[in-house]
Formats: sequence, structure tokens, C-alpha cells
Amino acid sequence: MISNSAKPIIEIKNVEKRFGSVTALDGVTLDIKEGEFFSLLGPSGCGKTTLLRIISGFDFPTSGSLYIGGEDMAEVPPNLRPTNMVFQSYAIFPHLNVAENVGYGLKKLKLPKAELERRVNEALALVDLKGFGPRESHALSGGQRQRVALARALIMQPKVLLLDEPLSALDKKLRDAMQIELRRLQQTVGITFVLVTHDQEEALIMSDRIAVMFDGKVSQLDTPEKLYRRPANRRVASFIGVMNFIPAKVVSSNSKSLVIDITAIGKATLDADEQYAAGADITVGIRPEMLTILYSETADDKDSFAATVNARSYYGDMTYYDVRINDTNIHATISMRNTAGRPVLAPGAKTRVSWRPDSFTIIANV
Amino acid sequence: MEKSSRSLLTYVLVYLTFLYAPVFLLPIFAFNDSAIISLPLSGFTFDWFLMLWQTKALHEAFYNSMMIALISASLSTTLGIFAARATSRFEFPGKRGIVGFLMLPLVLPEIIVGVALLVVMIQLGLSLSAWTVVIGHVLVCTPFAIAILSSAFNSFDISLEEASLDLGVNKIGTFFRVILPMVAPGIISSFLIAFTISLDEFIIAFFLTGTDATLPVYIWGQLRFPARLPSIMALGFLMVLLSLLLLLVAEYFRRRSTQFSANSSASNESIL
Repeated sequence: MISNSAKPIIEIKNVEKRFGSVTALDGVTLDIKEGEFFSLLGPSGCGKTTLLRIISGFDFPTSGSLYIGGEDMAEVPPNLRPTNMVFQSYAIFPHLNVAENVGYGLKKLKLPKAELERRVNEALALVDLKGFGPRESHALSGGQRQRVALARALIMQPKVLLLDEPLSALDKKLRDAMQIELRRLQQTVGITFVLVTHDQEEALIMSDRIAVMFDGKVSQLDTPEKLYRRPANRRVASFIGVMNFIPAKVVSSNSKSLVIDITAIGKATLDADEQYAAGADITVGIRPEMLTILYSETADDKDSFAATVNARSYYGDMTYYDVRINDTNIHATISMRNTAGRPVLAPGAKTRVSWRPDSFTIIANV
Repeated sequence: MEKSSRSLLTYVLVYLTFLYAPVFLLPIFAFNDSAIISLPLSGFTFDWFLMLWQTKALHEAFYNSMMIALISASLSTTLGIFAARATSRFEFPGKRGIVGFLMLPLVLPEIIVGVALLVVMIQLGLSLSAWTVVIGHVLVCTPFAIAILSSAFNSFDISLEEASLDLGVNKIGTFFRVILPMVAPGIISSFLIAFTISLDEFIIAFFLTGTDATLPVYIWGQLRFPARLPSIMALGFLMVLLSLLLLLVAEYFRRRSTQFSANSSASNESIL
């Protein structure tokens, strides 16, 4: 695990990058700790790939500075940086076989043949490609190409391994397996991994910490759990998972708790570390799995509310319902596991919903 | 449908006949046992080839042509590599205009290029020799080299170059270990096509050759002597074979160069 005191291996200070009139990065400041699995997450065009290319040295910042292992990288070209990259296209050299690809970066060390071979085989074993050395690179499958790209980067023993959307070219099953394997690999080698992805699930599964980026800025930097439970703003909340946004009014507020009147639902008490003026309009968020359907129209639960099923999406293990609460225009998405004996409600069905009072979170309207 | 395909077939046959019938006359009269080029054929002979073998001036012209073609092809391919690399990898102001300017000799009439170069050479006080022909041929061959090499460089995935840099190899090492091996088939193809063009080129060579006649210039000179005509037929036949061979080899390598990047959208159509 990564302790909070781990020293930063990468320090990014107020980095800006402009391409002509387009601002790709608008003042990014963040530290990446030694040994952590760090993800840059955001929609396409948010600047995450530009930031990765600046770390790797293929692009240089317009202003701001970058330190890797305490050294200023302003004048350091990519071939002299302690970073290695797994490219989105994998960039396997087509004129070289697997072993030559993996040993490519070691060639300049002029190692004895046996030593080079041993290291290449070691790297291939690390990514489960034992015995693939003599294979021609054009005969590899997508998953195998990715493993070769990983081995070719890891053999250099970089301080930081950079991964540019490494799973986007794989099919769903292989992608799921590789997420687990990349995480395992990172813990085995203990190298800092920096992953760029637009897939929130991928980032949540693999990362120690995630920086969510929009419009060239870091919107929130947190652990996966905190990002999901306490998103800093509306954009983060809706980019990661599904979030119901419900308008509310502040009833009373002190430094520890907040009593609000949630439209169409009623009063609730929330933990809060910020004070709000009584009567202020705010937005609260609740995840679909925090809401429960009671499957009965007349449930005798004082904290439950009448609801009508508007639409449903059946996923096999889960069903997502869009419900209308208390005959108002307030809609909520609710996810329910399809456990034994639980019916799948049809659109139009009348039911009741409930939740635990602490499952709401306040959403900043940024 | 049936009717239109038949008329198309007729069109193709007529077209091919006009295009290639004169070429097929070459071998026929090259082996014909008569000093006069006319039908009916009178017999089979290797005499004309033997005569070629014994003509010393021809050997000199052949040597001149080979050297000029070799040097022109090397120079224009080298220049082509620079131009193709620059246009495929970098953006710079006036890029389109510069590329168009480089390709201009493709559409300039050779006689204009020949006369213009002749004037320049004389103004510069350079005496005409095989070297002045080389200069002219480089000018004509370079656009072809650029066209062939551009397709090789354009189908090259930039992330391969970046991967090499990323793995600690500097720009020069990357050029020799990744870029060059991958565009090598294109380079060979460009060299062979430039070589063929230089070997067959007549107008520029005629203006700039001085005393070092090239093969086409020698052939033209020999046409004044009717007795030599059958041996010129034999020579022409050999040159057609040589050109065909070079173009086939070049096309083989050009196809291989696009094969390397089969997953990029490189066109596999011939540029010829």
C-alpha cells in the first residue's frame, strides 16, 4: 500500500500547454507518489494524453515545470528520461521479432549475449509470454502485442511506467482480465504506473489515486472510493458512475451537520463541514444503488415514498429503474440486484422507495 | 451488359495493340536474317547480337549510361529521402507550395529542361560531360523518388519512432534502427525506378552529353546508317528486357514496403 508520506516521484507544477490558440493544459499542478498506481481520467480532449506526453518528453510545456525523481525535465529529451511508455497502438517494431522488440532498449548497453537473453526471457516470463521470443511480431494477437509492449518497457526498469489507454484496443473479456493483471504486475514490480484512460471503471479498479480532468484542468484528485462517494462537483459526479441530482433547500446548518428539505422527499440530515445559509438552494446527489425499491405499494416504512416505474433496463444481474417520486417531476435511477424471489417491475408499476439518510452527498454546482 | 463488355474488350485490345505492337517488332527484326527491316522474314540469326558485342563505341556508351544511371539514381534517392521525411513528418510554412515545386519536373517538357540546362551550363562555363547529364537526370528522377518514398514514409507509424526514443535510443540511432529498415523496400524501389528512367532518358542526355554519349544518344546516332538498323533492333530488345526487369524488382520492393504497415491505411495501388 502507499503511505501518505511516500515522496513524490513526479512533481507537476502549474503546467500549461497551448497548441496555437487551443489550450490543452490550463495550469495543472499535481504530485505522483513513488510506487503508486496513478490514473489520469477524463473525456477525450481533456488534456490527459497531453499531460502524459509531457511526462514522457514527447511534448514540452508552454509554461510550468516538471520534475521526475527530483530532477528538472525542462531540457531532457525522451530518450534520457527515467520513464517508459506503453503506447496506445503498442508500437511493436514490425521488422523485429518478439525477443528483438523486448531487448531493443538494452542493445546500447552491449551486454553479453547470454545476459541479454536471460533478461529478455525474464521480462517475457513477467508478462506470461514464456517462449515467445522467436515469434514474428506481426503474428501476435492484440493481447499478446500489449504484453510485448509491457515487457519491452519494463525491461528498462523505469522509475515510472506510462500507459496510454493500453486496454482500449482489446475486447471486453480480455480488458477485464488485463485490468486485474496490470494491477498485479504493478504490485509485483513496485514501479510507479501512470495510466491515461477515459474509462472510469478501469480507473476505479486499478488505481491508488485518480486525477479527474476536464478542459485541461484537474477537477478532483482522490482515491477511487472518495471520488465515487464524495465527488467534488457535478461534472465529476456524472462522469464517474451514475448520480441522481435532486434539488433541495437548506433548513438549518451548523459546522457539523446540515438539515435539508429535499424536493418531493422531505427532510434529511447530512454530515457537512461547511455552513450554508438557511433557505439556500443546493443540489444533493445519491447513487442508484443507495436507493432501495420496496416492491410494495403500501409498505409500512416511515422513510419510504411512493414511486412509479417509468422505464427499466434489464442487465441480467441488475435492473436499472427510472422512477418518478411522489407524483412530482423528480426522477431517480435506482439499481437493484436481481436476487432470488425479487420480481422485475414493469413500467407503470406503483411501488415505494427508501434510502438511508446518510446516503446523500452535497454537490457543488461548478 | 453483354454488348458493352464486348465493346470494352475491343477497346482494350486496340489500345494494347497500338501500345505494344511496335515493341514486339523489336525482337522479330532483332533475330531476322536480313539487313533490311521489312516483311516477309527471311531467316533466323544471332548475327546482330554478335555485332553489338563487337562494337567498341557501343560498349563505351553502355558504360556511360550505367554510370550516369547509378549516380543519378543514388543522388535522387538520397534527395528523395530528405524530402519525403520532411514532408511526412514535419509541418512548415509553404509546405504545399514547396512540394509542388519539387514535383514540377514531372510535367515540364524535357526538351525545355534540356535546353534550359544547356544554357545554364554554357553560361557557367561548364564543359559538357557525363556529369552534366547526371545533373539533368537528377532533376528529372527526383520527383519520382519523392513520390515513391513519400508513400513509404507516410505509411510509417510515428509512434514507432517515439517508442524507439522512449526506449533510450537517440534520434540518429532511431533513424538507422527503425526508420531506415522499415522504409528500405521503398528506397530500393525508388533507386531502381530512378535508374530505369535515367537509363532510358534521351532528350536531356542529347543536349548535355558532350562527347560521352549515353546508350539512347548512341542509338539515335546509329540510325543514320541503315546497315546498322537490325543491330539497333537487337540493342533495343535488350534494353526493353533490362527495363522490364528493373521495374518488376522495383514494384516487388514497393509492395513490400506497404506490407510492413498493413494495418495503417496505406494504399497498395501502384503509383506507376
